Amino acid sequence: MQLSASFIRAVNLNHRGHYVHWGVIQISVANLVVILLMIAIFGAAILLPFPGRRRK
Amino acid sequence: MSVDLEEHGGASWTAWVRRRALRSFPPDQLLPDSQPVYVASWTYVFGVATLSAFLVVLGSGGVLALRGPAWWHGSSVGHFVNSMHLWSVELFMGFMVIHLWGKFFMAAWRGRRAMTWITGAVSFLASVGAAFTGYLTQQNFASQWIATQAKDGLNSVGIGAYFNVLDFGQMLMWHIVLLPLAVGVLVVVHVLLVRRHGVVPPLPLPPSTAHAVESQDRGNRD
Repeated sequence: MQLSASFIRAVNLNHRGHYVHWGVIQISVANLVVILLMIAIFGAAILLPFPGRRRK
Repeated sequence: MSVDLEEHGGASWTAWVRRRALRSFPPDQLLPDSQPVYVASWTYVFGVATLSAFLVVLGSGGVLALRGPAWWHGSSVGHFVNSMHLWSVELFMGFMVIHLWGKFFMAAWRGRRAMTWITGAVSFLASVGAAFTGYLTQQNFASQWIATQAKDGLNSVGIGAYFNVLDFGQMLMWHIVLLPLAVGVLVVVHVLLVRRHGVVPPLPLPPSTAHAVESQDRGNRD
């Protein structure tokens, strides 16, 4: 119960969103994190070896 | 696999459709049991992941449609299925965009695959529409806020009278009937085109690099 309460506090979304301003670009930190995560996954997909490839 | 067209003859339209379908999609091409070696790459996993996420979107959306907003806003199981619908859409869009990046940098429209590329790109646009109309049908303050913001943008380009984001009934129908149907049909056509034309081969290496790789391979063999 204590664990779930602390988890809820950690992901409490009941506040104003955080934004990054860069010239005319304004993006929420949440969206920026998602985009960076997608770029990281894309890079990993290109660089990581696919299992079983060497057997073919 | 060759198909005996004489055996599948006949003058009726059903025979014509059958002949045409068998010629365009021979069974071993429609459901292959092996793929070229270059398909063994993580890049191709994202297309399948997009399809899988799409099935979860449709399934969770179907449950939400059955139970209604009082359930998805007011019960713990409703919250769970509502969140499952949201997060499967997040994964669907994320996987689709990574798939699109991979295909773009591979110039996947090569080799008479333009329609495969176009159906994929248009299904992405239809998915964006489906996602936005989903925001409008949440039945909460967020959907009201988004609708009032969107109406100004859509009125400024002159389509507000035909696509009225303040008309909840119209937006609900777009979200649960028209756009899922459009995305579903486009995805099926896209996958059939991939089956028909095959996965695009890798881009050819520049001559100097190809020569270097060939020399290295020869050295490894010796």
